[in-house]
Amino acid sequence: MLIDENGKRSDNRGIDDLRQIKITVGVVKNADGSAFIEFGKNKIIVAVYGPREVHPKHMALPDRCVLRCRYHMSPFSTDTRKNPAPSRREVEISKVIRESLEPSLILSDYPRAVIDVFVEVLQADGGSRCAGINAASVALADAGINMRDLVSACAAGRLGDNIVLDINDQEDKEGDADMPVAYLSNADQITLLQLDGRLSPTQFSECLNKAIHGCKLVYEIQKEALMKKYFGDEVELKEEV
Amino acid sequence: MSSSKRSTIIVEQLRKQQMIEALSRGKRLDGRNFESYRDLEIEIGIIDKANGSAKVKLGNTEVLAGVKVETGEPFEGLENKGALIMSAEVLPTASSHVEPGPPDEEAIELSRVVDRGVRESKMLDLDKLALIPGKIVYTIFVDCSIINSDGNLLDATSYAVVAALLTCKLPIFVVENDRVIDTGSIMPPPITTIPVSVTAVRIGDSVLLDPTMEEEACMDARITITTQSEGDLVALQKGYTGPFSVNQILRSVEIARNKGEEIRSRIKGLNGTG
Repeated sequence: MLIDENGKRSDNRGIDDLRQIKITVGVVKNADGSAFIEFGKNKIIVAVYGPREVHPKHMALPDRCVLRCRYHMSPFSTDTRKNPAPSRREVEISKVIRESLEPSLILSDYPRAVIDVFVEVLQADGGSRCAGINAASVALADAGINMRDLVSACAAGRLGDNIVLDINDQEDKEGDADMPVAYLSNADQITLLQLDGRLSPTQFSECLNKAIHGCKLVYEIQKEALMKKYFGDEVELKEEV
Repeated sequence: MSSSKRSTIIVEQLRKQQMIEALSRGKRLDGRNFESYRDLEIEIGIIDKANGSAKVKLGNTEVLAGVKVETGEPFEGLENKGALIMSAEVLPTASSHVEPGPPDEEAIELSRVVDRGVRESKMLDLDKLALIPGKIVYTIFVDCSIINSDGNLLDATSYAVVAALLTCKLPIFVVENDRVIDTGSIMPPPITTIPVSVTAVRIGDSVLLDPTMEEEACMDARITITTQSEGDLVALQKGYTGPFSVNQILRSVEIARNKGEEIRSRIKGLNGTG
């Protein structure tokens, strides 16, 4: 049973609870921007390099910056060892992560350059694409890339008759639907939307609303993480006064 | 690595202006309104050597899907189910922009989104396709070839796959002394529902169904919505680099359910049973 008689889920959460989220900014010294996210048992490190010169050169665009993204799972990140070669799944996820980040960035500010986003999943626990997007957006902000907003991502899904927030690994495998969403909080726009599993139209709108609510919660955690790195001491000082 | 790129199809600035101007009047360059599809033709059983096949023409887009049935070991974690394996290749015949080689990220996304619709709708009852649970199961390959590409490959490929699966005939296998024997008889596949995908693109504030290649070259964002026979959603994929508003998505879902029903009745008709 994925939900018990008290409405608790397999990891003791209620249907509207997020897993524990912790974001640390600036963890990779050589990178222009970086972030480490712990999202439940997910552990994901993201490094951003750029804007920098494009190699190979013919990829450069005259009017804007190229955004490149690699989502990769470490061989030890899953229950059975994952082959380190990129799988079809990773190719697709790299694409949807890049497309979910792109609307937030002002790429026309860096013509002929490239920004590389490397998302490395050290430990996977369901919802790694959402966790990866959250860390990637914070890492892009840490790199000082001009942006309209942070991208926040969170999944919602269906377990039997319940629409629940933030699907974990077990719920992804045994549940009935998983719908990852990425969202621009200020623009109220959706930049990633996928669905695996069956939802009636009413369940779909409930699921979408719930996922957006989750994204808004994540947004606050992302802002806090950035504030902590850049204004850490000042924020604490203000509180003391 | 996934990389943003210029559309390989260059649409002249004037043509793009024309398109946007037409859209502002509620019309498209080929005269269609926003919610109409191009002519859809579905032909089945055109490859004798395949266990099932279908050719779909959607305007000038042309896709061929073939089903081949074998037996093999089940997937890990799905020991009691038949195996379903899907692939799609954009052939070099499809347009002057295609080069032969391993599938790029768009071809991978294409086959994965089509696969998701079939798998998540449980179109095929895979539980009925295990010969010896845990050991030997039916392995069903559905391979797609894009012969000519003029936009909306996602829907054309999806219809071809669904039509080929719906009308395929499975060989009846028996296992004797751990050996699989083809009895020479055939049976219809265990079908539970018919998934239909509907793809919409956003250009500015206009949301259009069944985009041509030219419209895809001008699009800001794309969404593919797959519904099953009862009108429930089974798969979604937002694509391309722009966002959608919540209202645009909710409205697209409504349109996709209605349009999906219309196309589903066309596909159902293929079996002669309705």
